[in-house]
Amino acid sequence: MKLLLVGECRDGRLATETAELFGFSARLDAEVSMALVGSADDLPAFDGRLYLANLETYGEFSSDVHKRLVLAAVEREQPDAVVLLHSSYGWDLAPRLAAAMQSAQISGVVGLDDDGYVVESCNGKMLRTVTPQTPVAVLTLQPGAFEALAMDGQPEVIKLDTSTESAIEFVGCRQPEAGIDLTRAEVIVSTGRGVGNAEQVALVEALASALGGEVGASRQAVDAGWLDRSRQIGSSGQSVSPALYVACGISGAIQHLAGMKGSGFVLAVNTDRDAPIASVADVLAVADVAEFLPALTAALEKR
Amino acid sequence: MNILACIKQVPDMAGHFEPNEAGTWFDETGLTWRMNEYDTFAVEQAVRLKEQLGGEAEVTVVSVGPARVVETIRKALAMGCDEGMHIDDAEAPERDPWQIASMIAGFAAGRGFDLVFTGMQSEDRSSAQVGVLVAERLGIACVTGITAFEWQDGEITVEREIEGGRICSIRLKSPALLTCQQGLNSPRYPNLPSIMKAKRKKLTVMQPAEVGLEEPKVSSEKFRPHERKSAGVILEGSPAELAVQVLDILETKTAVLGKGGAR
Repeated sequence: MKLLLVGECRDGRLATETAELFGFSARLDAEVSMALVGSADDLPAFDGRLYLANLETYGEFSSDVHKRLVLAAVEREQPDAVVLLHSSYGWDLAPRLAAAMQSAQISGVVGLDDDGYVVESCNGKMLRTVTPQTPVAVLTLQPGAFEALAMDGQPEVIKLDTSTESAIEFVGCRQPEAGIDLTRAEVIVSTGRGVGNAEQVALVEALASALGGEVGASRQAVDAGWLDRSRQIGSSGQSVSPALYVACGISGAIQHLAGMKGSGFVLAVNTDRDAPIASVADVLAVADVAEFLPALTAALEKR
Repeated sequence: MNILACIKQVPDMAGHFEPNEAGTWFDETGLTWRMNEYDTFAVEQAVRLKEQLGGEAEVTVVSVGPARVVETIRKALAMGCDEGMHIDDAEAPERDPWQIASMIAGFAAGRGFDLVFTGMQSEDRSSAQVGVLVAERLGIACVTGITAFEWQDGEITVEREIEGGRICSIRLKSPALLTCQQGLNSPRYPNLPSIMKAKRKKLTVMQPAEVGLEEPKVSSEKFRPHERKSAGVILEGSPAELAVQVLDILETKTAVLGKGGAR
């Protein structure tokens, strides 16, 4: 099997998850080449052909330009599959490639099955196996699903070029505002949508205080305006590794799990026992946050 | 200004999912239905833009699906869309993104939409493909996962949030398709007069063949629960009983209670 991997750069550097693309290739025992809009001084280490377009010329995010560059590599490589990360870069670029190639696309691959690729459904509660019906497939891999492979080797670099004409103009990126650093907290009590409303966040804060910990939040809780974005945990927030992580009313979207999988002990409080958070929880208390948190806080304070 | 919002009806994700007989997707028994959350952001943004433009804009809402999706189209009309389009397709829940995109693009082609809003992905299939595929078929500009939107004199500025919390700003011109992410806006809850008014709004039905349904690119099988390896203990009981059990576990299995908390 022949794979064309599509690497990506974030903030000028090769994204670390690129190693997971190689981990995936190793699982399939595939011959690999890579297309990358990157810089010559930060190249992925592997033995194979690297189709390299200059990051300074083509930018980090310019979907239609990157599409043309990757398609040029597809044309030369004739792979069995084109593989990207299911990242903000990959989920944006992949369907453009699939449309141009008139090919099947399978999004968010988390595993391999005898006859196809395994993906999650229904907010991560279910799985299904998807099989391409076209000779070439475009795949995006869920970050964290495949083991990162230590990269080694020296690629043969082949320069890629195209016009920089684009329907979209990338203005720039700004860094998130510096806020509270949760990465070194020993205890984090995190707020999810299941907490119900802004008033009930006080219950989370009380428990955090009783445990001597910090308050964290899921993306939903931040978007609802209950907590500051600087407390967001997950792939678009902070990645944390406390000794104790308490997930209150958090269903456990894969993006959230990515940010807390390094936690020592995970206590989840949720009314839905099928929620994906159950998969990473050492203890799942099937309970309503509004009733259980005050009871646990009181029990802690009585000690 | 001619605006299109694309919506999907999905089950409430808190429901319990069982495979259908063929194992290709879920059995619909016992599920309750609502608008895909990402699509509520799309509808809200379309309606806000119409309000900003004050009367020179019209919003059409389209949905592909069986008869039950009419209820969700009515919800979008109650939120402020002007006209509904139902592509009546009983097979839609099991069609792949390529097929859904073929129908939406087939409907939209030649109708001169200046802006198309879709959700970033559906909550049940989570492919994040349909919006981009529609844009590619229509040959219009597209940005995925927007968290901010601004329209000024024909110029569009959007933001998208990427890994590490970085926020990127992008400019583009219509015609364009934008897929909407959480954080873009807070969708409104329609009031009773809007709901009543929505019942009288125009809703047209079209058939898949009329809008150019194509063959699938993938097949899907073995729909099953996501059983994970490291599942721990599941505790049930009254809040007070649970609190005692949990406290006991925290005392024996973690070292955090003796230490006085965070560093």
